[in-house]
Amino acid sequence: MDSGLILEWVIKSVILVMVLLTGFAYLTWYERKILSRMQIRIGPNRAGIFGLLQPIADAVKLIFKEELIPDQAEKILFILAPIVTVVPAVVITATVPWGPDIMVFGRTIHMYIANIDVGVLYVTAIASIAVYGIVLAGWSSNNKYAMLGGLRSTAQMVSYELALGLSFVAVILLAGSMNMMQIVEAQKNVWFAVLQPTGAVVFLIATLAELNRAPFDMPEAEQELTAGYHVEYSGMKFALFFMAEYTKMIAISAISATIFFGGYREFWFLKDTFLSVDKIALLGPIYMFLKIIVLLFGMIWARATLPRIRYDRLMSFGWKAMLPLSLAVVLVSAFGIALAAINPLYIWFIPIVSIFLGFLTIGLVDRSLRRKVYAAG
Amino acid sequence: MSGELILFFILALTAILTAAGMLLSRHAVYAALYLVLNFGTVAIFYLLLGSPFIALSQVTVYGGAIMVLFLFVIMLLGAEQITAEFSWNSVVPAGLLGLALVVEALVLVLQKVSASNLQVATSVIDAAPEPLAKQLFTVYLLPFEITSILLLVAMVGAIILTKTEKKG
Repeated sequence: MDSGLILEWVIKSVILVMVLLTGFAYLTWYERKILSRMQIRIGPNRAGIFGLLQPIADAVKLIFKEELIPDQAEKILFILAPIVTVVPAVVITATVPWGPDIMVFGRTIHMYIANIDVGVLYVTAIASIAVYGIVLAGWSSNNKYAMLGGLRSTAQMVSYELALGLSFVAVILLAGSMNMMQIVEAQKNVWFAVLQPTGAVVFLIATLAELNRAPFDMPEAEQELTAGYHVEYSGMKFALFFMAEYTKMIAISAISATIFFGGYREFWFLKDTFLSVDKIALLGPIYMFLKIIVLLFGMIWARATLPRIRYDRLMSFGWKAMLPLSLAVVLVSAFGIALAAINPLYIWFIPIVSIFLGFLTIGLVDRSLRRKVYAAG
Repeated sequence: MSGELILFFILALTAILTAAGMLLSRHAVYAALYLVLNFGTVAIFYLLLGSPFIALSQVTVYGGAIMVLFLFVIMLLGAEQITAEFSWNSVVPAGLLGLALVVEALVLVLQKVSASNLQVATSVIDAAPEPLAKQLFTVYLLPFEITSILLLVAMVGAIILTKTEKKG
């Protein structure tokens, strides 16, 4: 290990953290602009052109706000909780590859921070640690609403982690590796979102729940819990929770782009043209950026469109619909891979059967909801 | 002293301190958090042994899922404070027995284990998950299946215990 390597790692980490934090600031602007468009408003338009300076104005405002610590709060945990929430959100992208190797000053630079054999498992490990921040925030505030928010988020995140983990398993089976780089390269010809569409949908729904985003934002349901787990937080401590949520949105979008939507690889119709990442390596991060923007748009769109789900329905949806469906997705993927060993064309068994299973699940959920309405009616 | 050895001693100290903190903490939430830290240190031990798969599984399963459920139960029951009175008289006999057991185990380990027979099959806990999976599903298939059936039985048992009979 030479000193240049350590310097390279430091530089890459700093760049990644800066990109994530700037991304966080502008994601709030992006979200407010999209939401206002969908609600036929203009949105932020005072600070700078198109309101582009609005995130900076917000940051300055938050820094100068008074920080309150409730008298009866557990001081240490109260201060620790926002930190425990932010750190996983920032470090989770360490294994995501942003592009193929490039040459700078005669040095091969890898566009990732760590290329470990268990990259996917790293993501699940960090994601499962992220729960602690919210739980501790809810508990240490010594506030009933915050406590309920913390409990809700624990139950919700633990429940949806199962579906999330199982859709990871489907991808690992298809790629034959847990290494993020190899997962991306395995999608050279066909994206896993095409090969396993139901897996991709299950994954996207589960990530929304993991992020506590609408329509799964039960931990901070305003009407019931005022603001849930962060009701007692103000100033920069609140800003840290805010930052964690939006940084996680970017990180999760990057991860879903990597494991289901071809990662830094070009769109399938650009394969073998001069716009392929094999020809111009620097296009990798650009494709990644485009995919992340689209996925973020999807998340914001869901927030603008869907009302919050009732809590008991959220849990039964997680356990009775998402978990069996994701188990079926894993089984179908394994069968398809076994069949593809006989004839490569049989790989299309996977999307056909899994789409059918997806519609079957929708049908069953719809039927049970109708029966509930009928029984109540 | 090599860097790895220094790291090992720091980690060992952390592991022992967090374990002691877990036992001595009067506050259930802090005890649970000490245990989380302890699991984290054990995960780093696995990393030092060159087995990232087991390390990250440790973090995901123990650090992530199980301890979160522990915290959930502690908070839900509101059982944060230990109210029971502590007296040495009730602990001393059990403590002496435990101490004797630990001493016996230590003596046995020091007598039987030497550097020559510590050569565990490290290829089994290889860096890549694939060799590990191969071993698990060929050589150790029976223990693996028995463990999974045990977990299934526990799960079914938990569901049956919490199920309430519907009246009428």
